[in-house]
Amino acid sequence: MNIALNLALILLLLALAFWTVVARETFAAVAGFVSYGLLLTLAWVALSAVDVALTEAAIGAGLTGALLIGAASRLRKTEAAARAERPGPATRVLAAIVATAVAAAIAACVLLLPDPAPTLAPEVARNIASTGVGNPITAVLMSFRAMDTLLEAIVLLFGLLGIWSLGSDRYWGGRPGLAPVAEPNGILAYMARVLPPIGIVVGIYILWVGADYPGGKFQGGTVLAAMWLLLMMSGLLDAPAVSQRWVRLALIAGPAAFILVGLLGVFVANAFLAYPEGLAKPLIIVIEVALLPSLAVTLTLLLIGPPQRAGSPP
Amino acid sequence: MSAPTLFGLCAAVLVGFGLYGLMVHPQPLRKVLSFNLIGNGVFLVCAVIARRGASAGFGGDPVPQALLITAIVVAFAASALAVALMLRQFDETGSSSLSPEVAPAPAKSPAKGEA
Amino acid sequence: MKIAADIFTIVAILTGGFFFLAGTVGLLRFPDTLTRLHALTKADNLGLGLVVLGLAPQTGSVLAGLKMILVWLLVLLASATVSQLIARSARRHGPHP
Repeated sequence: MNIALNLALILLLLALAFWTVVARETFAAVAGFVSYGLLLTLAWVALSAVDVALTEAAIGAGLTGALLIGAASRLRKTEAAARAERPGPATRVLAAIVATAVAAAIAACVLLLPDPAPTLAPEVARNIASTGVGNPITAVLMSFRAMDTLLEAIVLLFGLLGIWSLGSDRYWGGRPGLAPVAEPNGILAYMARVLPPIGIVVGIYILWVGADYPGGKFQGGTVLAAMWLLLMMSGLLDAPAVSQRWVRLALIAGPAAFILVGLLGVFVANAFLAYPEGLAKPLIIVIEVALLPSLAVTLTLLLIGPPQRAGSPP
Repeated sequence: MSAPTLFGLCAAVLVGFGLYGLMVHPQPLRKVLSFNLIGNGVFLVCAVIARRGASAGFGGDPVPQALLITAIVVAFAASALAVALMLRQFDETGSSSLSPEVAPAPAKSPAKGEA
Repeated sequence: MKIAADIFTIVAILTGGFFFLAGTVGLLRFPDTLTRLHALTKADNLGLGLVVLGLAPQTGSVLAGLKMILVWLLVLLASATVSQLIARSARRHGPHP
């Protein structure tokens, strides 16, 4: 991408970020944030990080946008009270000075980055053949830094536990979200019947192609989660009660498979999460196939929040 | 000035905007928005470092890029937890204010939870 | 042959961009929600279709071109659904600022 395109992208990004900070209405700020997320996807592509662009489009702009729009619409009644609490000009000037100082410090660090830049790319290129995958990012995520990916899956589970613990005691183990307003012939129900088959194929395709091209289980899992969210929002499916066994098994199946493969590495290859010779690709496929449904269920449940209704079927 | 450096300076400005928004807005939801802006600025700096490490036939250093994917997912989980906290506070007290002077409303009757 | 493909790409993408511009002008100038939705969905979908058509000769394979057309069809589906939902909500609750 040439310099004019990058400059235009940067100016748009800054303008949207500025709008997000200064907009008066929270809903307008959230709308600005979602568009900012989509433009950030283009910024990742401009920096040759296509896998990160896919993740940003799916999770950063898509899921975070849905989360914040839902929150903004539910908190609409608090706008007036919040506006009464806005700080005076002295606080604003002080905040502006602090923000400018921090921004200047980061800009100085960026300008002072060492040249030539230190990099691990040759190391990755030297060792990528042993992992059996062609995409270097998948190789780093699933082989060289597999511990980080395992801990990330577990952090997601902890986040979900934190959200569940925020439900009220009466509805512990119940169904999240309000009861669906089912309009079986509505346009949303139509889309919820047409789109999920395509979405499931696309999600599994993104997982499978992530071995050699940009993609992977996070992006594919997010597409699957989005299809399930669409089905729940349209009223065709109800949110599952979180005390049901299949929900809990689906959540832990992925991380459990990951940990089991890690322990296998302890006994066969002398280190946790080390892959035995020649078995790297099959083990990576096992972990990814186990993690994909767990990730989809975790992301969906993170989005729809703590239980708010009784769990027994109506 | 090369493209990665331009994006790095853009990231610095984004962090500045986010920090200002975090300090100035009283509502928690606006603070979460600003916090996400700060996070995205930091991710951009990391991607700039990855792009400058391009060699051996790859367009960028894959290790920081893989860590960025992890970071975006974990940032979403943190935002989800923050939003759940906000909504629970709103359900219980009717306001989403962080100020200690706002007295919490008495606990509402449980019937409000049914749709 | 390559020159003809490049000229076709440039013309199609410029026309698509013009339609996007027309849709945005409609968004800014039309008086209420329903007319703005009309301007946005019609003009933006046509604009995206022209851009996809313009990019089709630049891809290396037929499969990539078909994938782009699938993307366009999915955007059509999503924008039609969303605009119907917004219109229904606008009619029910009155135009929201």
